[in-house]
Amino acid sequence: MKKRRYSPIWTFLALLILALFLIFVVYPLILILYKSVVNPADNSFTLENFNRFFTRKYYTNTLKNSFSVTIVSTLISATLGLVIAYITRQYKIAGSKWLNICIVVSYLSPPFIGAYAWIQLLGRNGLFTRLINNLFGLSFGGIYGFAGIVLVFSLQSFPLVYMYVSGALQNLDNSLNEAAESLGANNFQRVTGIILPLVLPTVLASSLLVFMRVFSDFGTPMLIGEGYRTFPVVLYNQFMGEVTNDSYFAAALCVIIMAITLVFFFLQRYIAAKHSYAMSALKPMLPRAQRMAPKILCHVFVYLVVLIALLPQLTVIVTSFLRESTPGIFTTEVSLINYTTIFSKNPLVIPNTYLFGLAAIALVVIFGVLISYLAVRRKSIITSTVDTLTMLPYIIPGSVLGICFLYAFAKPPLALTGTAAIIIISLTVRRMPYTIRSSTAIISQISPSIEEAAVSLGASEMRSFGEIMLPMMMPGVISGAIMSWVTVISELSSSIMLYRASTQTLTVAVYTEVIRDCFGNAAAYSTVLTVTSVLSLLLFFKLTGRRDISV
Amino acid sequence: MGVAIHIDNVTKAYGKNIVIQGLSAEIKPGEFFTLLGPSGCGKTTLLRMIIGFNTIEGGEIRVNDKVINSIPTNKRNMGMVFQNYAVFPHMSVRDNVAYGLKTRRMPKAERYRKANEILKLVKIDQYADRMPTQLSGGQQQRVALARAIVIEPEVLLMDEPLSNLDAKLRVEMRNVIKQIQHQIGITTVYVTHDQEEALAISDRIAVMHEGVIQQIGTPKHIYQRPANEFVSTFIGLSNLLDADCSGDVLDFGKGYKVPMNTLKEGVNGKVHVAVRPEEFIIHTDGTPGIPATVSSSVFLGMTQHYFLTLENGKEIEVVENSDLSDILPDGTKVTLEVMPMKVNVFDAQSRHTLIREGA
Repeated sequence: MKKRRYSPIWTFLALLILALFLIFVVYPLILILYKSVVNPADNSFTLENFNRFFTRKYYTNTLKNSFSVTIVSTLISATLGLVIAYITRQYKIAGSKWLNICIVVSYLSPPFIGAYAWIQLLGRNGLFTRLINNLFGLSFGGIYGFAGIVLVFSLQSFPLVYMYVSGALQNLDNSLNEAAESLGANNFQRVTGIILPLVLPTVLASSLLVFMRVFSDFGTPMLIGEGYRTFPVVLYNQFMGEVTNDSYFAAALCVIIMAITLVFFFLQRYIAAKHSYAMSALKPMLPRAQRMAPKILCHVFVYLVVLIALLPQLTVIVTSFLRESTPGIFTTEVSLINYTTIFSKNPLVIPNTYLFGLAAIALVVIFGVLISYLAVRRKSIITSTVDTLTMLPYIIPGSVLGICFLYAFAKPPLALTGTAAIIIISLTVRRMPYTIRSSTAIISQISPSIEEAAVSLGASEMRSFGEIMLPMMMPGVISGAIMSWVTVISELSSSIMLYRASTQTLTVAVYTEVIRDCFGNAAAYSTVLTVTSVLSLLLFFKLTGRRDISV
Repeated sequence: MGVAIHIDNVTKAYGKNIVIQGLSAEIKPGEFFTLLGPSGCGKTTLLRMIIGFNTIEGGEIRVNDKVINSIPTNKRNMGMVFQNYAVFPHMSVRDNVAYGLKTRRMPKAERYRKANEILKLVKIDQYADRMPTQLSGGQQQRVALARAIVIEPEVLLMDEPLSNLDAKLRVEMRNVIKQIQHQIGITTVYVTHDQEEALAISDRIAVMHEGVIQQIGTPKHIYQRPANEFVSTFIGLSNLLDADCSGDVLDFGKGYKVPMNTLKEGVNGKVHVAVRPEEFIIHTDGTPGIPATVSSSVFLGMTQHYFLTLENGKEIEVVENSDLSDILPDGTKVTLEVMPMKVNVFDAQSRHTLIREGA
């Protein structure tokens, strides 16, 4: 490695960032680790909490349930994502640009909105349920429990696999196809022998991301799971429950789930690092011509899946304009009552969402750019430590981060509970690793000699950073920031732990309204959220001129 | 006129790994000085020590007798041209060139006037308002050159500036660089691994290998009188032959002896004789020489190349100017006579030259 003397200001910045991370990530984590093994009576070491969890069927069953729904949903997501990515890359599908946007939109809404929308459609009193039961004279009781959770997660997660695989397929040079064909491979041999093995690492890596997301999501099983308790639900209840609120046991649960996500995180990294092929296509695959029958089949399949994936969003938007007769039962009367209600009820919700989101994005961008710059261009023990620490939030599920923050920042000097700051910080911390990863990619693409050129021309290090690096990074950073914004405003699992009435955001409002059976209000809130996301996404496509995104 | 650079016993180390140890060289005012060597020989490391991107762990570098070891790069007033051009992609050609003047707080009107002047000099003034992405590689390299010289640096440093260009453009650009360097008379340090480029462009060349300067000299001297076997085989092509030396006579065996008058005094014992392909004469009439068999030949128009095998199995390459006589068929038995004035002789042990100074 080339060693150079650098301005001390970088070391100062690195130390400042390190201090912030120690306070807002490491300290809360250590606290929760400590709480999980301490006996509150006499502060002695104990494994009682873990013992209690692993010896009671009530608890171990939730782990079993979590693994079952997660594995099944991940498999379905991976299959759907792979197949749709392949079809849309390999064949001409009419309107594929809009299909792509629709798939991304269905991914961006929080899963629990999907859950509650599916209850509207296939729940006990759901639209489709009644339709089916009336038509066939059945008494189908609605889709709850295992099937419901899997339905929601699969439809909500396949877009992630789709986006990754679609990107990988785009990097696959068409000459590979042509080479395979010239060597005598037929279509089936070509797909199974060449294309599948090449995208398999991407499928695996993205599937593991799905796995981690699904495993730690609590909103969906909470709403649609009914008796089918998954681990995050127990965690939430253990912590928020009015009857049983054992914070030490909750801490142990946090540790267990982090241990699980940690394993899958490393598995994901291992697969991504060991089994990825560096590919960049000079000539991407061209859409192939198709005979009529398979062409129709492909169209029907893709459109059907996308339509089903979008159904929750559509349901929510439609019902937001309908008047409820009794809670949960919508009439056909079109009205704006839901919107007037939500605007008068808690007028802070929408401004909060925008304000917290923007503040978090600002922080994420500033720190993300700085940290990745330090890690790539100012390598030292301090910057490497910071870089490693910033990966931690990857393995902290949102609800766990919320709990950590509540424990850590309840008392002075950092009494942040109930403030806007705690929500902004939690959003920032959660989004940080993604921003750092994308900024790192941007910086790595800029040759170090660009900066050296500036310095050789008389610019100071700060000046070359400000006048050369920042402007060069800006386009990538801005498009990354838009994606961060969309994910931040749809965040639920840490906000739900941290909010107060005055710091409610849209997702929290949707959730609380759903819990109170005020589906009309929930639909209105959630429509505002969807419209914001879609507009941001269109802005992203407009600014970047791209059709694909990476999350 | 340019400045002199004294590199005095400098050392570069990364931790315990010493890359350059106690290297010294002197670069004269206004000179075009080239660091030439295979990749990993330390030439770029040395260049980056001169400009200040690399720290100096020992010794000192002086510019006109001022030690620059601890002066930060942006205060050294040296211009640098990078291998990948490093043209700022978000600035127009003119703004790229004017950037160094901006950091020197020159008023806008004046710096644009100067930038335009230099753009004319490097012949890209018609592209002044373009963005770098709209330029070809050669044009981008001209921008990089203009940007480095517009600040009137004391020293111009170039790190393999032509290696990203195609062969034809490389020749064109090296002439541009040479011409402009002469025009402004700036002391220039140039790094390359391409020996032909180094021979064509330099006033003097320092051949580097494993962090050590093997030889410093003019292109002609380095080619004709290499200081050791490494230089002899790295610059151009040399056939190395075993011989015994005693009393100013080289004995190649089989009765072929060559009297020499270029050797140092009292050379005795085993030597390696480095013979360039054009320093052989092929005989088919039994004239005394080294016996060899033609194994293949290539006709290149101006020259005729023969690949021959010696009796000990060694492969030899010989070049003749082409003439009207027939090309020797493969399998022809010949004898090879060497040109005693031109060949170089190295000690078989130390591999250093045994040729007298000035010969």
